[in-house]
Amino acid sequence: MDRYFEAIDRFSAKLTRGIIQFRWLVLAGVVVMTFGAGAGMSKLEFSANYRTFFSDENPELAAFENLQATYTKNDNILFVIEPENEGDTAFTNNTLAAVEALTAEAWKIPYAIRVDSVSNFQYTKAIEDDLIVEDLVINAKDLTPAELLSRKKISIDEPLLVNQLVTPSGGVTAVNVVLQYPEKSLMEVPEAVNAARALRERIETEFSGINISLTGVSMLNNTFSEVGQMDAGTLIPLMFLVILVMAWLILRSFAGTVSILLVIAFSTIVGMGVAGFFGVKLTPISMSATTVILTLAVADSIHILISLRGLMREGLPKIEAIPEAVRLNFMPVTITSVTTIVGFLSLNFSDSPPFWHLGNITAVGIGAAWLFSLTLLPVLMSLLPVKVKEAHETEWSQTMMTRLANFVIANYRKLLVGVSVVVLAFIAFIPTITFNDQWVEYFDERVEFRTDSDQALKHFGLYPIEFSVPALNSGGISEPEYLDNLEKFAVFLRSQSEVIHVYSISDIMKRLNKNMHGDDQSFYRIPDNRELSAQYLLLYELSLPYGLDLNDRINVDKSATRVTAMLHKATTSETKIFLANSRQWMAENWPEYMQAQPTSAQVMFTYITDRNIHNMITGTIAAIFAIALIMIVALRSFRLGMLSMIPNGLPLLMTFGAWALLVGEVGFSVATVASISLGIIVDDTVHFLSKYVRARNEKGLSAEDSIRYAYRNVGMAIVVNTIILVIGFLVLTTSSFKLNVDMGLMTIMSILFALLLDFLFLPALLLVMEKDKRSVPKGDTQSAPESL
Amino acid sequence: MKQRNIFSATLLFVASIASFSQLLISPALAATIEEKTPEEVKGFDIAARSDRSDRGFGDSEAEMTMVLRNAAGQEASRTMRFTTLEIPDESVGDKSLVLFSTPRDIEGTALLSHAKMLDPDDQWLYLPALKRVKRISSRNKSGPFVGSEFAFEDFTASELNKFTYKYLREEACGELQCDVVERFPRYENSGYTKQISWVDTTDYQIRKIAFYDRRDSLLKELKFEDYRQYADTYWRSHRLVMKNMQTNKSTDLVYGEYKFGVGLTDSDFVKGRLSRLR
Repeated sequence: MDRYFEAIDRFSAKLTRGIIQFRWLVLAGVVVMTFGAGAGMSKLEFSANYRTFFSDENPELAAFENLQATYTKNDNILFVIEPENEGDTAFTNNTLAAVEALTAEAWKIPYAIRVDSVSNFQYTKAIEDDLIVEDLVINAKDLTPAELLSRKKISIDEPLLVNQLVTPSGGVTAVNVVLQYPEKSLMEVPEAVNAARALRERIETEFSGINISLTGVSMLNNTFSEVGQMDAGTLIPLMFLVILVMAWLILRSFAGTVSILLVIAFSTIVGMGVAGFFGVKLTPISMSATTVILTLAVADSIHILISLRGLMREGLPKIEAIPEAVRLNFMPVTITSVTTIVGFLSLNFSDSPPFWHLGNITAVGIGAAWLFSLTLLPVLMSLLPVKVKEAHETEWSQTMMTRLANFVIANYRKLLVGVSVVVLAFIAFIPTITFNDQWVEYFDERVEFRTDSDQALKHFGLYPIEFSVPALNSGGISEPEYLDNLEKFAVFLRSQSEVIHVYSISDIMKRLNKNMHGDDQSFYRIPDNRELSAQYLLLYELSLPYGLDLNDRINVDKSATRVTAMLHKATTSETKIFLANSRQWMAENWPEYMQAQPTSAQVMFTYITDRNIHNMITGTIAAIFAIALIMIVALRSFRLGMLSMIPNGLPLLMTFGAWALLVGEVGFSVATVASISLGIIVDDTVHFLSKYVRARNEKGLSAEDSIRYAYRNVGMAIVVNTIILVIGFLVLTTSSFKLNVDMGLMTIMSILFALLLDFLFLPALLLVMEKDKRSVPKGDTQSAPESL
Repeated sequence: MKQRNIFSATLLFVASIASFSQLLISPALAATIEEKTPEEVKGFDIAARSDRSDRGFGDSEAEMTMVLRNAAGQEASRTMRFTTLEIPDESVGDKSLVLFSTPRDIEGTALLSHAKMLDPDDQWLYLPALKRVKRISSRNKSGPFVGSEFAFEDFTASELNKFTYKYLREEACGELQCDVVERFPRYENSGYTKQISWVDTTDYQIRKIAFYDRRDSLLKELKFEDYRQYADTYWRSHRLVMKNMQTNKSTDLVYGEYKFGVGLTDSDFVKGRLSRLR
């Protein structure tokens, strides 16, 4: 055992001396490596597509892609137009003229393939044997009050329009633009969005007295990339500033602060550069890797620099103190880096590629930070002037730590019980946590997309659920049975509280049947034979203008149609219930051949938490065992390695419990918090245990004294490290992206819980274990707790 | 050469009269029409030569199969009989009749069209299930024809005076040389801002058309394949392949043998005849 530690010590000290000897060479090597890897950063681009959140294997994504290939792509931009005075009608000459102009101009938005509004709605009516098909609103400026009123009545009576493009009161209206991107360049979405924004501005100035909100899938996609860039622009500088201030406060050394900044900057450059070489598309989530690397990379250097300062205060010359400081920290820094890397790599178990990217970028960054802390840092410290002032804080903190050690040793049984109760109480709350992944709410109110979408959601639904309903055979969609069933399904869907609008071709069929019988209202029903429906459809299709066809509703051989249920504000759990209810309804009421699977972006987000949690439980357990294995090898103790799983695993469970208690609702990033936190919180345990083992084996101290030694030597560093991590992740919580905020807050919680457990629970466990191991009476200190 | 210019000038005169009322209101427009650039004249000439290479066929009839394909690669087909009656007056469009035979649920449905140059075509549809003829009154029929990638206006695209023209260049097209001519719909409510056509310099037939949408970006490409000559005079493409470049959907039109001189007259192209077709 001793020989093992000695060998590592000798190796690390020798290595550091060598590094200092060839410091210019090492410096050059580090710079070349950093900028070589950093060149990859030029390849980094922000993804502008929510689909990047889903892996290619995701079955919901596959089903949705299939639906879109059968009908039309579902990317859209929704313009919601409302009069400035709430309660005013949208059916005025001015507002309708704005809608008409917006509709005409929206065709010119890049990649637009379809535009729907009340103005270009293809209104059909019958005059004798003529079927008249025309835009519902033509020349809005010149409509008489009576004409305006009739347009309003037609709109709110039309099932395809009301609650979709016009509110039932006629107060608010919308223009929906469907886009199809060639998907050749990442600039396509921003291009379309910029055109839409410019159009909104133009219409708002030209037609006074109206407000336009912009939402839809394309706006969402664009916002993902905008928020990522925004985060990059604010979080990274803020993070550097925070680290600069903290490093200065802790080290009070110019050389130390500069060295740390260089180490973390280089580590981040390597991490992001490698990501660029691998063609990673950035998202707000993978972008948070920079903040995470900056935070975690600090730790290695801080530990070494604190040791260096201590050694120099003891009177060691700098040139000897540097190898010694590295020697003392080589093991823990290496182990913590490896465990952190393992934690982050386990993110690859996630179902969501941005989390793979976050995990892998961070793992590379941490690896680089480890390398740079052991090479660049000693070189820089040897080059830069280092002055050490005598300070008293060390003594103060040492006294504090010793007191804490004595308290824990004296009360370890009480602590064991007390902490266990607290932990169990938190864990008991875990089941009350609720998941919610509504993409609108991924962004906070600072983001325009969020406020605009909230405004739109007051009037319309934003969460479509699509059903591609098969008919019995080619052309079978015209069968009366099929259409009747479709109609019944539409009625069922409309009765659901979450549903605000239903689009089904059965409504078109009913209207055509009426038109074909001289607009006789009694024929507003499904035609009673297949040929009739098929021929109506043919007639209708012949009369539609470019872009307003039914190809997005009916497949090519007319053997399936698409029913869309638009959900209003529905949480993930409400959506799940809705999906289950509709499946059940179909199973009970429809023949076998009609059974359809609901699909859409909303469906994908609804199941993303389940998928991620399922995968991440496996990933986290794998990581916990891998880390325990690393600890067993590193500490050369099976018992300690296994024991480490307790203070490593419990903080995660406590965090989920505390979150359930304090917040209650969480998005799918929750699934990944465990992996991220795990790698970080393990560090405290590693530092504590490695010092404990060193004291126990190297110095031959008793368990109690080894605990005191560990507190004295690493207690303060753990506290400082925790503060750095908490502040670092606090920076992450200033992100506008909810998943990042949640991730940051939960990581902070778990880090604090880990500190608590490492200080109050781990020593108590060690004492219990030592007692079990050999129940040899050890002296006064051990009998004391029982008497207390 | 000289003769052709005189001829096209006459045609221009006819076209000008057709839009006489517009000319009165808009002198600027009159000026642009009168002062045709050499490219516009050459473009028109090429289109006219192509159109006229087909003049005098009288009437024709052919079976046609339409194969529709979506982005997922699923296919569906419809069959129909296409009958055309040539109207010698170039300022009036041809008359056509489409009789659907499959899918079975639209069998016997018949569409009669009287093409017009600048106004919406007159169209009537006979619905056998309803046993009635319905007139379709729609200003804008630029949508897909029976769910295909063809708009009805694409079928009548050979009407010379539906467009203004502009010659672009000459280039190779397959084994042939082609004149490339831009053409702009003169009628309202077209789905297109412009089309670019490739007309070969040997047989004067259209080999390809690129359609541009309202944004002026490429929407569809139509290729004319399998040209066969009838009576040593009339060329007919037997395979038209339309591909939507934005949605990746496509439609093929496959024609059977054309029959010419079937003996049809104006009285076969009236709405009263629709219910008696077979």
